[in-house]
Amino acid sequence: MMKRIDAIAIIAEEAESQDALLVGNIGFPSRELCVVHDCTSNFYMLGSMGLASSIGLGLALARPDKRVITLDGDGAVLMNLGSLATIADQHAEDYLLIILDNGCYGSTGCQPTCTSRKADLARIAAGAGVSEVATVSKPEELRLAVRGKGVLVVKVEKGNEKVPVIDLSPEEIIERFMARSAPPSPSS
Amino acid sequence: MKEINPTEAVYGGMKRAGIDFVASVPCVNLQELLCLVESDPEMMHVPVTREEEGVGICAGAYLGGRRPALLMQNSGLGNSVNALASLNGLYSIPLLMIISHRGGKGEPIVGQIPMGKSTPKLLDVLEIPRFAPTLAEAEKSVAQAWDLAQADGTPTAILLDIEFWRSD
Repeated sequence: MMKRIDAIAIIAEEAESQDALLVGNIGFPSRELCVVHDCTSNFYMLGSMGLASSIGLGLALARPDKRVITLDGDGAVLMNLGSLATIADQHAEDYLLIILDNGCYGSTGCQPTCTSRKADLARIAAGAGVSEVATVSKPEELRLAVRGKGVLVVKVEKGNEKVPVIDLSPEEIIERFMARSAPPSPSS
Repeated sequence: MKEINPTEAVYGGMKRAGIDFVASVPCVNLQELLCLVESDPEMMHVPVTREEEGVGICAGAYLGGRRPALLMQNSGLGNSVNALASLNGLYSIPLLMIISHRGGKGEPIVGQIPMGKSTPKLLDVLEIPRFAPTLAEAEKSVAQAWDLAQADGTPTAILLDIEFWRSD
């Protein structure tokens, strides 16, 4: 298994080469993303735990001409399992939900989640009707799988890197992201 | 001339506002409106599993340049509080919430009453502007609620109680 920050670095590099918009989950995943690969096509979700997969879906539906990738976590997806059913139902043009699964609530002290015992998010996604589902744990598998759609579960090690809190205000995050994510205004 | 009915008034306001993306959790009072939205080629309709999920999807659609609305029952407001504050509130993301407000005069379901009473107060605590238009005001009020949402970067709520849906 990889460290989560190493998985994030591979995903961010691939996302940039695909010209994808990247939605980062609350807590350490967004902080690690900001350290390894900050760019204006990253949206750092600072609150609303559970909703990264939904924000990414809404964006992918609004912009079928853009590739959208969400970096989510096992604890957050367990909080919004209905999102998997909606993702399956909607057939967004080019959307990949990546679940970084470390089996714990990493940002709050590594309390175990149900994926550390019985719950299998890939099977839950398949059961929700998502047609493309994969699970990977090695860097070379991840690099290939990041080119797909649907739901990708990436098994990663527990633990957080020592990274700072994101040094951008919410206003800065959304302003620079929307310059990339929203179509140019017809009046301008 | 045929008088406008409640569903047509709300839908007319959504059209006037240019709403082009709608997430929804159904209420019996919204059923005709949901059919109009579903059959409108200018509105993308996303039925969701829970109102909070709809708040997230609408925020994503806004990031993609859309004008989003969430159709819901007031019972779902409680499910959405954290997202309305720490997503829409934090980033100043607009959202038009069109809410069937149950639990008031004429309510047949006892379970609707507690949340019905709390709904206006919850919106006030969240500093979400709310409007409860009459049938005659509804089209204009819905359009103005979106304009305010967009201008101030905030969710706004249209509360439509049981008497509203019976007025035609």
